[in-house]
Amino acid sequence: MLYKKPQIQYYPYIVQRDDYKCVRCLGCVEQCSYDATFYDEELDVIWNKHEACVGCKRCEAMCPTDAIKIVPNPSRPYEHGSWKWDLVMDAYLQANTGSIIITGIGNDKPYRVYFDHLLIDACQVTNPSIDPLREPMELRTFLGRKGQRIELDETVDGNLALKTRLAPQLQLETPIMFSAMSYGSINLNFQESMARAAVQLGTYWNTGEGGLHKRLYPYAGSGIVQVASGRFGVSRDYLKAAAAVEIKIGQGAKPGIGGHLPGEKVNADIAETRMIPRGSDAISPAPHHDIYSIEDLRQLIYAIKEATRYEKPVFVKIAAVHNIAAIASGVARAGADVIVLDGFRGGTGAAPKVVRDHVGIPVEVAIAVVDKRLRDEGMRNEVSIVATGGIRSSADVIKAIALGADAIYIATAAMLAIGCTLCQTCNTGRCAWGITTNDPRLARRQNPEIATEQLANLVKGWSHEMKEMLGAMGINSIESLKGNRLRLRTIGLSEKESEILGVLPAGM
Amino acid sequence: MEIDAASVHYRDLNNEINRVIKEGERHIILKNVNGQRYIGAGLQGEDVRIDIYGVPGNDMAVFMDGPTIEVFDNAQDGVGNTMNAGRIYIHGHAGDVCGYGMRGGKLYVRGDVGYRVGIHMKAYMEKVPVLIVGGTAGHFLGEYMSGGIIILLGLERRPGQPLAGDYLGTGMHGGAIFVRGEVDNRRVGKEVGIEKPDDAEYPMLKKELAEFAKVFHLNYDEIISTPFVKLYPKTHRPYGPLYNSRWFWQRGG
Repeated sequence: MLYKKPQIQYYPYIVQRDDYKCVRCLGCVEQCSYDATFYDEELDVIWNKHEACVGCKRCEAMCPTDAIKIVPNPSRPYEHGSWKWDLVMDAYLQANTGSIIITGIGNDKPYRVYFDHLLIDACQVTNPSIDPLREPMELRTFLGRKGQRIELDETVDGNLALKTRLAPQLQLETPIMFSAMSYGSINLNFQESMARAAVQLGTYWNTGEGGLHKRLYPYAGSGIVQVASGRFGVSRDYLKAAAAVEIKIGQGAKPGIGGHLPGEKVNADIAETRMIPRGSDAISPAPHHDIYSIEDLRQLIYAIKEATRYEKPVFVKIAAVHNIAAIASGVARAGADVIVLDGFRGGTGAAPKVVRDHVGIPVEVAIAVVDKRLRDEGMRNEVSIVATGGIRSSADVIKAIALGADAIYIATAAMLAIGCTLCQTCNTGRCAWGITTNDPRLARRQNPEIATEQLANLVKGWSHEMKEMLGAMGINSIESLKGNRLRLRTIGLSEKESEILGVLPAGM
Repeated sequence: MEIDAASVHYRDLNNEINRVIKEGERHIILKNVNGQRYIGAGLQGEDVRIDIYGVPGNDMAVFMDGPTIEVFDNAQDGVGNTMNAGRIYIHGHAGDVCGYGMRGGKLYVRGDVGYRVGIHMKAYMEKVPVLIVGGTAGHFLGEYMSGGIIILLGLERRPGQPLAGDYLGTGMHGGAIFVRGEVDNRRVGKEVGIEKPDDAEYPMLKKELAEFAKVFHLNYDEIISTPFVKLYPKTHRPYGPLYNSRWFWQRGG
């Protein structure tokens, strides 16, 4: 049957082969998990079904003779100023299927990235910069409620002892953590690699909402476990094993939207970890049905605190949306120790494309307005802020912290560290790089030893760069940069945008 | 051991409960409970038993993993929230969202329950939670249910009072709801089918109901004399066909 819908012919990528270089090793056939490459034995030719190519570049990367290049298909419909290629293809797809379009990774639309309109300060003459290679430089960060004051007691021998019971804190050796990606959306090899890298780096990783696989319990001490609306894998042991507990209210890639792990991905191991029947959809509704208000959120926060005997900080993760400052203030009042702000460029394993691309606000703006609101209300010390969703480099980390964050989470950057090429097909479960798949044949492509090293390398590299930037500013502790917006200037932004960010324009 | 909960803050009360259990106490009687929250939160130990006199507050037995709690009065919202194992017997009514995300253990309520009870119940292998409501239930009973068993009896109803509210089992994709008597089709979620229980299911049903009758001193024969209907999920993947992505479409044509 050769019939296919005509619009499929306008596929986005072409697999360009140099037959002269090709040695017929069939590596590309073996590597392609999207049914786009096959071998015709009779003709001794490798064919491509271009329409099935997603542009993940796995075959290109693995070709030993450099015979393959994945290139955009030049034959696209007339490039219209308003009807972008993407919109045209989506309309074709929906006209043929009548369905919601699902995609992966983060918002790929060219909205303004405020990080790219912020410049970092440095010292000249009047206050000396610091050389981080030879002088002490501290990236250590503590997350948790700090309180407004401490009280001391004098002991019988005349020494001072702390009277105030300090709230539980997480100690990070660098303010970069690995963000929530659930077992199910990613495979265990990748999750284990993040866990091991976190232990190595003295930072934390996050289980996401898919529970904690028994193989990862040894790394739970560096783990933050998530409690989302589906409550998958949430048990007392799970809460007890972790360093902190995160209540997931929202995700930057899909604010107001829940999640579905499709039943065909729920294999025996995932079923056991999520505590659900095998083959059943794992549905996380948009709301937690026991949380309809700030008071209800407080109830869940304190239920977790009671169940963990007040020994662990409780995080609350919210997507950055229009009223984020007021919402964050409510979350702080509800008793959260840490608020996680997830911007609209945050990644996802699967989200409706229309939501991913159009809902939410940038994290830079969210950090600035939340930090300001909490300061204005005299409660910034009561809660730490973790920013995530669109952090792409060490410069973004520095800018996020200067805008008011305590620390950040990375997820897309972590995936890049182990080979992701942003092809946006995480939702298919076919990831040729072995990241967002649970197919054992594909998952094997991630070697936890190597992946751990790559993840640790990325964070180490960023941390060194951050020390350099801090040194240039004459600051020797990341703590002194937090909310220090005087060390930033805007460029190319309107007066109003600069005002919202709380940053002066360059030249002032 | 008896603890007087009159005018005690929930945090102090729960500290005290945790302390005495740590010291080896296995049977605690709480007197004068008046809305204290989180009683039994995350509590472990299959041999631990707590009797509650008075009305416990929200999220009783949240994350509980083993103990038995018997309440001789009404209970409030969120009873057995995300509970893993253990038994809860409530002699009066219970509020909204009881048994949310429950994945093991038993929750018996003698009277009525509020809205969104037993939602998101799960099961895995031998871990199958059971929720029995003696009276009636509000809207959204068993919403998103992915495993476990809910039994709704509708005993001592006022004339004309419906057995369950609207959207019964909506979004259900696993587990089973057994209802004593008839279910009004218009109240049932679109993902739900209605049939007679299998013969193989009756022994389980009888065993649970016998236990329920015993706990609350009810007439078992009278409960079982009315036939039951079973609500089941039509599919384990209710929303699969709703979604598509570019690759699936382009590959398949």
